[in-house]
Amino acid sequence: MAGQSDPHLSIFSSEEVEFLAEDELVEIVPNINMGSLNFIRGDFGPFRPQIATEVPLWLAMALKKRGKCTIRPPEWMSIEKLTRVLEAERDSPREFQPLPFHYVEISKLLFDHARDDIPEIYMVRSLIEDIRDVRFHKVETGLQTISARTHAVKLKNLSAMEVNIVRPFFVRTLQAFYKHDSPQMIHQPDATTNRQPQVVNRGPRRDLRRR
Amino acid sequence: MAAGTKEGLEFETEEIDDPSIATTPNDVEPMKRAWRNEKASPEILEFQSDLVDRIRGQIELNERNVEEFEQNGTDPLTISLYQMDLDRSQFLLRSYLRIRLYKIEKYMIYISKTTDMWNRLSEQEQKFAKRCIDDMEKHLTQSVLSRLPFGYQSMMKQSISSEEDDLVPEPQLDTFVFCKSKGSLGAFQLDESGDEIVDLVADDLYVLRYKSVKPLIENGQIDIV
Repeated sequence: MAGQSDPHLSIFSSEEVEFLAEDELVEIVPNINMGSLNFIRGDFGPFRPQIATEVPLWLAMALKKRGKCTIRPPEWMSIEKLTRVLEAERDSPREFQPLPFHYVEISKLLFDHARDDIPEIYMVRSLIEDIRDVRFHKVETGLQTISARTHAVKLKNLSAMEVNIVRPFFVRTLQAFYKHDSPQMIHQPDATTNRQPQVVNRGPRRDLRRR
Repeated sequence: MAAGTKEGLEFETEEIDDPSIATTPNDVEPMKRAWRNEKASPEILEFQSDLVDRIRGQIELNERNVEEFEQNGTDPLTISLYQMDLDRSQFLLRSYLRIRLYKIEKYMIYISKTTDMWNRLSEQEQKFAKRCIDDMEKHLTQSVLSRLPFGYQSMMKQSISSEEDDLVPEPQLDTFVFCKSKGSLGAFQLDESGDEIVDLVADDLYVLRYKSVKPLIENGQIDIV
C-alpha cells in the first residue's frame, strides 16, 4: 500500500529506494516488434528487433521476464572498471569512489532477472559485494568521528541504498548531539574520552513542556 | 485537437496528443521531488495543487486509454506495460497524499492554530483536519477529560494555570536531512551566530539541519535524497 513505511525510523523503505532506482535508464535489445509507448512519464520505443534502445529499468525487467528482450549491462558493470573501483576504494580510507547513485539496486535487479545477459556474473557479483563491504566499513569508521561539534556531515559519492541504511542512525545521533550541545554547557576540549557517539533513543516523541 | 473523422481512425494515440495535458514537460520528476521532500521534512509543506491536478489528469487519461485498449483487443503485453506505468504514477500520488494526511493527523491542533501551516493544506485536507479535531475533542472529552477535576479539562493545556498550550505536539524542525545541492552555493551559513559555515559544492551529499536549509529546499536549490 502506498506510504506504509514508518516515517520515524527510515524515511524511505528499501522498496521505495528501489522504486526510485527503477526509473534509471538501461539499454535493451528487443526481439519483437512493438510500437511506441506513450506513458505518463515519457515516450519510449518504437521497438524493433535487434535495434538497441533505452528504457527505464522497470520496463526492461518487465520485457525481460516475458522473454521479449535482452539487457545490455551498463558500462560501469564491467570487470575491469569494477576492479579499478575496488582497488581505489581500498587505497583511499576516507573517500568514496564515484559510482552510479543506484548501483546497488541496479546490480541487484540485473542479477536477479538478467543473469544470462551478464558475462562472468560470479566475478562481477563478488566484486560488487566487496565494494559494498569496503564502503560500508568506511561509513562505520566515519561515524565514530561524529562529535558534539559536528553541525554538518559531508558524504561525497555515497549511494542511495547506503544513505538509506545509515539514515536513521545518523539523524538520531546528530539530533541528540545538537540538542545537548547548547552554548550554555561547559564545552569539553576535544571529547577524546567519547569515541562512540552516544545515541539516545528518542523514538516518536511529543514535546511536552517541562513544568 | 482536430478530430478529423477520416484520419481519426489511424491515430490511436490522438487523445494523448491533446496539448493541454500530455505534451507539456514531464510531471513525474517534479512529483517524485515533491514526494521525497514531503517524506523527509518534519513539517507539512505547501500543497502542490497544480502538480497534483495535472498528474491526476494524466492518470485518468491513461486509465481511459487502458480501458480502450482492452476493448479493442490490443495485445496484452502493451496493456500490461501501460498498466505498470499507471500503477507507478498512482503510487507516487497516493503516497504523497498519505504522508500529508499522516502529518495532519499527528499535528492537527498545531496546524489549525498556525495560519501559515493551515494555508499549506488543500481544501479537502482542511476539511479533513477539522473533522479530525472535532472527533478527537469529542472522544477525549467523553472518555477522560470530563472526569478530571476542574482546571485540568483542556485538551490543549496541561492545566488552567499553564501559560501556553503545552499539550500540543509540534513538529521537530531540528531534525537532520540528507541532501544534495544542484549547483555550487558557496559558503552557506547554518545558524544565526555565524559559527557554522558549510561550503556547498554541486552534487556532493550533505547531512544538514532541516531548519537551516529549509529556504533552499523550498526554492529548489537543494534536493533531498
